Amino acid sequence: MRKLFKFHGGVHPPTHKTESSRTPIVQAAMPSKLVIPLHQHVGNRAVPTVQVGERVLKGQIIGRPEGRLSSAVHASTSGTVSAVDMQVVAHFSGLPDLCVTIIPDGKDEWIAHSGMDYKQTPHSELRQRLREAGIVGLGGAVFPSDMKSYSHKHKIKTLVLNGAECEPYITCDDLLMRERANEILRGAEVLRELLYAEEVLIGIEDNKPEAIAAMRQAVADDGHARMEVIAVPTLYPGGGAKQLIRVLTGIEVAAGVRSTEKGVQCFNVATAYCAWRAITFGEPLLSRIVTVTGNVERAQNFEVLLGTPVDELVAQAGSKADTYKHIMGGPMMGVDLPSGAVGVTKATNCIIEASQAMFPPPQAAMPCIRCARCAAVCPAELQPQDMYWFAKGKDFGKTQEFHLFDCIECGACAYVCPSHIPLVQYYRFAKSEIWQREQEQQAAEVARERHEFHMLRIEREKQEKAERLAQKEKAALAAKPAAPTPLPVAADPNADPENTLQMRIDSAVAHSNMQMRIDAAAARAKEQVATEQPKNTDALTPQQQAEIAEIEARRAKFHEIASHPGADDESPKQ
Amino acid sequence: MWSSPFITTPTSVSQIMLRVLLALIPGIALYVWYFGPAILVSLTLASITALATEAIMLKLRNRPLKPFLSDNSALITGWLLALSIPALAPWWLIVVGTAFGIVIAKHLYGGLGNNVFNPAMIGYAVLIISFPAHMTHWISPNTLGGIGLSFVEQLNYTFNGVLPGGLKLDAVTMATPLDTLKTQLHLGLSVDVIRDMPIFGYLGGKGGEMVAIGFAVGGAYLLLTRVISWVIPATYLGTLFAIAAIFHLADPAHYVAPLFHWFSGAAMLGAFFIYTDPIGSPTTHRGQVIYAAGAALLTYLIRTFGGFPDGVAFAAVLMNICVPLIDAYSQPKVFGKKGDGK
Amino acid sequence: MISALLVMIGISLLLGAVLGYSAIKFKVEGNPLVEKIDAVLPQTQCGQCGYPGCMPYAEAIAKGEADINLCPPGGEEGIRKLAELLGVDFKPFGEGAGPRAKAVAFIDENTCIGCTLCLQACPVDAIVGAAKQMHTIIASECTGCELCLAPCPVDCISMQTIPQHIGNWKWQYPTHSIVQVAAR
Ligand code: SF4
Ligand code: SF4
Ligand code: SF4
Ligand code: SF4
Repeated sequence: MRKLFKFHGGVHPPTHKTESSRTPIVQAAMPSKLVIPLHQHVGNRAVPTVQVGERVLKGQIIGRPEGRLSSAVHASTSGTVSAVDMQVVAHFSGLPDLCVTIIPDGKDEWIAHSGMDYKQTPHSELRQRLREAGIVGLGGAVFPSDMKSYSHKHKIKTLVLNGAECEPYITCDDLLMRERANEILRGAEVLRELLYAEEVLIGIEDNKPEAIAAMRQAVADDGHARMEVIAVPTLYPGGGAKQLIRVLTGIEVAAGVRSTEKGVQCFNVATAYCAWRAITFGEPLLSRIVTVTGNVERAQNFEVLLGTPVDELVAQAGSKADTYKHIMGGPMMGVDLPSGAVGVTKATNCIIEASQAMFPPPQAAMPCIRCARCAAVCPAELQPQDMYWFAKGKDFGKTQEFHLFDCIECGACAYVCPSHIPLVQYYRFAKSEIWQREQEQQAAEVARERHEFHMLRIEREKQEKAERLAQKEKAALAAKPAAPTPLPVAADPNADPENTLQMRIDSAVAHSNMQMRIDAAAARAKEQVATEQPKNTDALTPQQQAEIAEIEARRAKFHEIASHPGADDESPKQ
Repeated sequence: MWSSPFITTPTSVSQIMLRVLLALIPGIALYVWYFGPAILVSLTLASITALATEAIMLKLRNRPLKPFLSDNSALITGWLLALSIPALAPWWLIVVGTAFGIVIAKHLYGGLGNNVFNPAMIGYAVLIISFPAHMTHWISPNTLGGIGLSFVEQLNYTFNGVLPGGLKLDAVTMATPLDTLKTQLHLGLSVDVIRDMPIFGYLGGKGGEMVAIGFAVGGAYLLLTRVISWVIPATYLGTLFAIAAIFHLADPAHYVAPLFHWFSGAAMLGAFFIYTDPIGSPTTHRGQVIYAAGAALLTYLIRTFGGFPDGVAFAAVLMNICVPLIDAYSQPKVFGKKGDGK
Repeated sequence: MISALLVMIGISLLLGAVLGYSAIKFKVEGNPLVEKIDAVLPQTQCGQCGYPGCMPYAEAIAKGEADINLCPPGGEEGIRKLAELLGVDFKPFGEGAGPRAKAVAFIDENTCIGCTLCLQACPVDAIVGAAKQMHTIIASECTGCELCLAPCPVDCISMQTIPQHIGNWKWQYPTHSIVQVAAR
């Protein structure tokens, strides 16, 4: 028996898993449309590569990764692009984001694709494949997997495969492990190869005996070496990557530290499965398993095309009439969906249909009685009541002293709080407030520097002008026969009125010429403005938005130019 | 839009407080059994005063009445105070003490959750400083064969200050065992001789020791239902035992045995009901240990060397002051930042 | 009662002493006042305070010549920070003054005649372009000071408020507290 470790705290919310785990995974019906957000992953938003009206094939890239930390987005089936625009997405804010809408043609016609043998392929190519297949962490964190499959020059001892699934209600990983254990394990081998990891530990909470048995069987059948399926105690949030790593290896990875530095890396089981499909068959990430449960007739797991509107999905499970909202994810860390129209994304592991009876609106909060129940369950070993106290008073410096940024927002504290204080929301509020302030501070810092530089430049230009003037004067003086010695203070244009008079007249003429030219141009421009339609900036069409995006891109280029000043534009700091 | 989590435990503040009240009942029952029903009168008075002052203060501070009145915290203040002072006392004593605790120690500090001190203990401290004479007349347990008062006679005393048949108050009351011990020691008697006096029982004072056991039973209930953690009671009782044992072993003639300290005065009440008040105690594990140990030390010192009959209340108030400091210096290391090389 | 009061007073004195001691002990030595004030100012360089930029305003505050409530871009938060830094009371903005929604300047590039006047007015060199060339604003560097609006002879610069989007969205302060419930 392997020695397991403990993490501090944790809670035992009612699991509600059996409702959805009794029946096998069902293929969801082809939806009437797909709303596919281009930002389904941590990092930069993918850049749309398709136009409205274009026919796309299943597996075709519709959003190309942008920058180092990003991932591709694909058409989940064949069809026609009906819109590339802002749509409400599954996000806490309820705000819209750029999405590609596809009307499926029902043919489900694949783009040409082919797999590779991971043993024969260089690692860089494998990672490129993961990136282009849009493989991201499917446990909910959606971190691009190619960026996680580097060992970062550290010796990786353990690859942890996360099948813990600690959140109540969710059973998608449970079912995936029961039904597709072999492919999960092959995916783990690919990841092990990429990380040069010695051993693979698969952590599954002990409330999933079928999944544990299936995975053990698969390990034995395929003869995977140094791979072990370990039943871990059921305890929320034991499925958090850091908590699971702690339980399996005893290693604690602090906030802001890469686990590879400690010689471990952790992937979700579904991620391993999709990585396997992407490498071996060239299938990008087009669908995922989603648990639909809660206030429904038939709670079960569906294999769902990404982009499927939530409304259409829950209808297949028989969502009941008194459902008043959809929760994406689990009840502990999930998102209260802004609308049923949002598309299923790579992060959508579960949709809980909520009725008033199951999920009553939050109760009124009482004052904190300092009972420290929150501290007792906090897996990050924080003092939630203190962070709350300072977040409530908006004393953000203090919240950071109490390690606000070590909080993983697991919600265990708010779950047990007898005063029903929305603790996590206070922490999220404080975090986003601090982030914004940091950004503003940085912007102010930049502005200060640029202003100083601006002043310096003006100063220098003044000097240069004066010098040029002096030069001219000198030249003029030298041209005169029997010129007297140059004046000592030649730099001052007013020093010798006789000599500079002509120049001043010259410059005045030049200026008035310039002024005339400006006026003329201005008049022309005004005409132009008058003939143009007034610009309505409120209701932008997608095309206009695309234009704006183009301008932004141009600006970005200018920005780049501006931030790499030429040789003579020395920064005042140097 | 709400923020996750979308579920919470059904535990609420009022439920926790209700359990605390329930846990006091075994002790109260034994109190009535051994000392007569006078305590019920003062409990009632305390409850009414507590709720009334709480309501008035909430109105004045423009807070909603219902959630705060039903959180049961005011009742706890009243009950704890009533249990800490003599049951046979003029009605205004308990009223003044409770009102002072609720108004000054609770609401002027910002109400539930913001009070620095345990309101009941502040009420006690004020009473014992202001009306020390009234605070020394404890009813004799009826097992001592003295003159027992009927319920009506007790009521009559409480509200009219009249005892039947021209009885003196001293005839029906006595000093507490702790007090007796202290005065007799001053008179030069040794502990064994004093302990043979009739008011002492096996563990503490007659009757009182049984009430203490009742509180311990209630405390066990709170521990089992996880309303309180074991840290503070265990540390408090452990430390009290240890200090008393050291003194007792060094000089048995002058220092009474540790169990006596456990079962007399308000030690049990303190261990399970007073020091465990979450609002005035540290939140960190280490902090709670320091706090409870400090409280035990102070209790012992005040009992043994101080001028007051018991040290539990003053120890609570003094340790309450130290809580911010204790909390600040006992912050635990967070996950992954323990520097143990892992 | 008197002695109870005395005890209370004694306790508060003790607490005061502890607080005072820690205030002295944990005091931090830092840079001179002007720089500290300047660090709090938002660096919009807009001159709305009546000084030609943030630094001059900071100097004026340090000398005690200017009030702390003159910088609209800093918002009330800024005033609060200044008040805290200087140990004075918070002072709200005067009548009509106060922060506007954050905005950046936008040049209608079809209308611009490339006269370079705006370029000279910009305090942070956020406008690029050469004479007779179309000009454009580097949105990320623009502080929203509006100083370029007036000089433009063709009025082709407009301020565009920065709309809320997922990237700059913030969590709100929780509102379902008990006081709110009572107010309803
Ligand atoms: S949400 Fe944060 S503070 Fe609360 S228990 Fe989880 S990690 Fe701790
Ligand atoms: S659980 Fe709630 S009431 Fe208890 S200390 Fe934490 S925040 Fe305060
Ligand atoms: S008003 Fe403008 S110039 Fe003055 S301090 Fe504020 S941002 Fe700077
Ligand atoms: S002032 Fe107006 S016209 Fe002149 S360069 Fe600037 S934006 Fe163009």
